[in-house]
Formats: sequence, C-alpha cells, structure tokens
Amino acid sequence: MGTFHSDKGDLHGITVVVDTHGSRLYVGRCDTVRPEGVVLLDGDVHDEAQADAHGRRVSKEAWLSQAARFGVWKRFDRLVVPAADVRSIRRLGEVAG
Amino acid sequence: MPYDPVLVQPMREDMTSMGATELRTAAEVDAFMARPGTKLVFVNSVCGCAAGMARPALRLALRSEQRPEHVGTVFAGQDLEATARARSYFSQVPPSSPSIALFRDQELVDFVPRHRIESRDAPAIAFDLVSAFEALAQPR
Repeated sequence: MGTFHSDKGDLHGITVVVDTHGSRLYVGRCDTVRPEGVVLLDGDVHDEAQADAHGRRVSKEAWLSQAARFGVWKRFDRLVVPAADVRSIRRLGEVAG
Repeated sequence: MPYDPVLVQPMREDMTSMGATELRTAAEVDAFMARPGTKLVFVNSVCGCAAGMARPALRLALRSEQRPEHVGTVFAGQDLEATARARSYFSQVPPSSPSIALFRDQELVDFVPRHRIESRDAPAIAFDLVSAFEALAQPR
C-alpha cells in the first residue's frame, strides 16, 4: 500500500529498486515516475564499477541481495534517475534477500 | 514533526488492544529490553502500510501460541526518544517504519523491514511472523 496521493502513480510511497543500463543501481522510496525519470526519496545508489571503502567491487546482484534483506541506509534525501538510464523498476519487497 | 496526539491515539490503541506495551521513553525501552525472554518490538507509524498491513498482520500473528513472551511498541515520528533508543538495540539494520524486530533476551534474531511489509497483505505477513515466532521459541 502506498500513500494516498492518487496523482503520483502506483509506486508512490513504495520502496523500489531501479536498475539502469549502466553500472548503477538505486534503492529508495518512490516519489514519482515521470516521462523524464524516476524520483526517489531517502535512498542510496550503488555503482558496481566503483570500488568500495575496502577496495572491493561489489556486483549489483550482491548489493541488491543485502538491500533486500534489511533495506538500505539513507545516503540521499532525493535521487533522480533519468528515464534514458532506467532498465527496470520493481518493488524491493519482491526481490529475494 | 509529530502529528496531533488525538489523531495517532487510535493507532496506539490498536497496538495496546492486542497486548503490546507502549514504550514512550528511553527508560521504558531499556526496562522492557532488560526483561529476560523472547520479545517483539514493533516500530509503529502513521503511514498506510502500518494501518493496512503491519498492525492487522500483528493482530493475526499474536494469536499464535508461540507468540513472544513480551510485546512492546514505539511510535516513529511521535515518541522520538523512545524510538531512537529502541533502534539502538538493532542498530545493525537500517531504520525503517513500520518494522518488526524479534529478540531472544537482547539478541536480535529476526527483523522485518518496511519494504517486506508494504508490498504484501496482512495474512501473508502474519504467516511469516508466526514462522518466525516458532523459530524464536526454539531453545538455543
């Protein structure tokens, strides 16, 4: 169940994962899905092409598996994923953790 | 900013009517967590998935004979100090509300974050909770 803003789409208020055609994966609470892109609130973004603080590269799949178990730590109040980058958007709750 | 207390009172009473102890201060949280045995802590919320899914699921699941020995609740966005203190007992997981934490004494055994609640219906969540209660009740 999202919140009661019927003009914002079915995913408004739902925690979603947005996969991209590139190396980035986003998780956050969906605000709006617009023709120009997806707006997420209170989220995080993972880039599998970038090494983490320990010098390791973590695949999208591995990062998502962890996120699906417990959620993500909010690093950004607001994230905008350009429509051209979006490969898929789905509920995080539908991802096996 | 907290909502009008009058508006959230029914959401509080929804929990106390199923036997949950309201924890409104850090001291009350600490006293609750100091009790030996199995515990459930529900992080309540004003959002629709708390009203439509989480609390109805808890009402169903807490009918189980294997329900945790102690059931407590804090209210995110309302009782800020108590919620922060409760979250300090499961600080290894990202904060979300509504959410459900299961403990054996003070050891976190299971955690149901918001995204595992918002996408499902109450009976499905309750089914998983009862399974978690059964696992929690098993001796170590």
